[in-house]
Amino acid sequence: MTTAGHNFERGRSLLQMMERIRAFEEQACLAAERDKLVLGAIHPSIGQEAVAAGIMHNLEKEDILLSTHRGHGHTLAKGASSLAMMRELLGREGGCCGGKGGSMHIADFDVGMLGANGVVGANITIAAGAAHAIKLAGDKRIVVDIFGDGAINRGPFLEGINWAVVFKLPILFVCEDNQYSATTRTTTMTAGDGAAARAASLGMRSTTVDGNNVELVADTMAEIAARLRAGGAPEFLHAKTYRRTGHTSFDPAGYRPAGEPEEEEKRNDPIARQRAVLQEAGMTLADMDQLHEDAQNEMIDVLKQAADTPFPATETAFEDVQDIGSPAVEAY
Amino acid sequence: MPKLTYRDASIAAIRQSMQEDSTVWCVGEDLGRGGVFGQYKGLREEFGEARISDAPISEAAIMGAAFGAAMTGARPVVEMRFSDFALCATDELVNQIAKARFMFGGQSRAPMVVRKPMGLWRSSAAQHSQSLESWYAHIPGLVVACPGTPQDNYSMLKAAIACDDPVVYLEHKGIWDNEGDVNFDEPYEFGKARIRTEGSDVTIVSWSNTANLAVEAAEKLSREGIGAEVIDLRSLWPWDKEAVLGSVAKTGHLVVAHEAVAVGGFGAEVVATVAEQAGHQLKGPVRRLGAPRSLVPYAPNLEDMLRVTTDMIVAAAKDTLEKGK
Repeated sequence: MTTAGHNFERGRSLLQMMERIRAFEEQACLAAERDKLVLGAIHPSIGQEAVAAGIMHNLEKEDILLSTHRGHGHTLAKGASSLAMMRELLGREGGCCGGKGGSMHIADFDVGMLGANGVVGANITIAAGAAHAIKLAGDKRIVVDIFGDGAINRGPFLEGINWAVVFKLPILFVCEDNQYSATTRTTTMTAGDGAAARAASLGMRSTTVDGNNVELVADTMAEIAARLRAGGAPEFLHAKTYRRTGHTSFDPAGYRPAGEPEEEEKRNDPIARQRAVLQEAGMTLADMDQLHEDAQNEMIDVLKQAADTPFPATETAFEDVQDIGSPAVEAY
Repeated sequence: MPKLTYRDASIAAIRQSMQEDSTVWCVGEDLGRGGVFGQYKGLREEFGEARISDAPISEAAIMGAAFGAAMTGARPVVEMRFSDFALCATDELVNQIAKARFMFGGQSRAPMVVRKPMGLWRSSAAQHSQSLESWYAHIPGLVVACPGTPQDNYSMLKAAIACDDPVVYLEHKGIWDNEGDVNFDEPYEFGKARIRTEGSDVTIVSWSNTANLAVEAAEKLSREGIGAEVIDLRSLWPWDKEAVLGSVAKTGHLVVAHEAVAVGGFGAEVVATVAEQAGHQLKGPVRRLGAPRSLVPYAPNLEDMLRVTTDMIVAAAKDTLEKGK
């Protein structure tokens, strides 16, 4: 039985990170729906925060992360600045990607975050390659690649996992299973026994966890990270969670059975569950509420600052395409 | 100056690049035995299996992994065996590699070369014969190289490996055994054409193996007193507009010839640019030669129906000169 009792500070820090992720995404959704400041699609991970917090707690800044279109939580937990992220969502100067990527292409190479991805499953082979370069260079970093349950039906899932096993790369693949592939229930479109069974069939050590139990995710990840850092074979983690919003912030998700999200929120909200664990371990409700309030204040302020930041200079539209044959030099 | 084949020139370029830079990493199917066309022969013995990596038949993983490695400090040379197979890795090349630097606001580069042997080759039929260079020229973020000679397959491959942009490197698989002098000190700059023959009557623009046919055509034309200037573009993005416009200003006649399907081919881009910027200097109709918009058949006599030949280039040059009179 995992409790925060043996590591109170970690438990508090996990709750704090989940509160920050939740607050960031709540503000991002308000920026989209209420303020019309986020113009493109954003894909919230509300309800899935335990995966991001539990895994990233065990990574160093130099370790590498690749994520998905639903990657705000992963990116924030890897150490990216909430202000730079919000600016990116609003397409502003000083955004992580200078306002050129937006939510789906958020990246922060300074903290080892090599990009969210707009194409489901595409990051699997790319992450394997990052791990391959680490192995070629003989350095000690590890790579974590996170994708959703929809990605296991794409070809790169097979190709990338086979690659990692064949070349014995220092990488963990995480299937963050929120049960929906865009707007379709994944189990209705997936043969066999699912993500972990598929990875295991390729000879990969596979673990399945309750992805709404942040202590368990963090414990499991600590063990996996230790094995990878000791030169172990690549591994697979299937973290089961639930997407409480629609596919995008604009999607009312009428395709779900009535009452399903409410029931999940009641039973499985990772923040509520961690609060219960911490209360048991002796943390006061006032302290926990303070973490909540601090996170809310941070992200309200971040949204305000981002909204006050100018759009990027128009000439940057043609920068950073390529050095040779750059459109800044020759439009065509 | 050594005489090398087109194949051996590429091996020399890779060998020197790998000696100079320990981050250069070759990866692809069948590299361990020297590559499907022998274009990696001897490199495994010299550099070991970690740096000359065999790969599973997983084009998407080869391309994607090379990209991930390129963002993590490696400088990959990716082998796709046949350019046709690279279509299995189109998302990786077009949606990921070409766009990463831009989408991430300049945080990353993808310094990698993607070798894709292309073109008609010994009854290889519809899935092993295509020339799709115009597709890649259409994708911002990519550099597109089409070497036609041993010298260029040396200088351009070296430049491609040293380049920080992703380079789609389209060797022609019909000319691996072509021999020529290779000067290891000759520099190459992307976007600079080579004037293969000088002439003042008609400009012939081409690249890859068709540029070799254009040189033969120029020799035939010269025997009839016609001076053809053959411009081998060598790279299609960027491409040497100045060389083409300068030559057309001199000759007033333009023939563009390539092996790819003419419809939507890169020749159309060349012709459109000349029409926009030098249309007033043209003294005869532009002639554009490419394959019919059809598929490459297996039987050799049928395959020949798709070819742009030396004689077709000669006839096109005479035609524009004749009609301009």
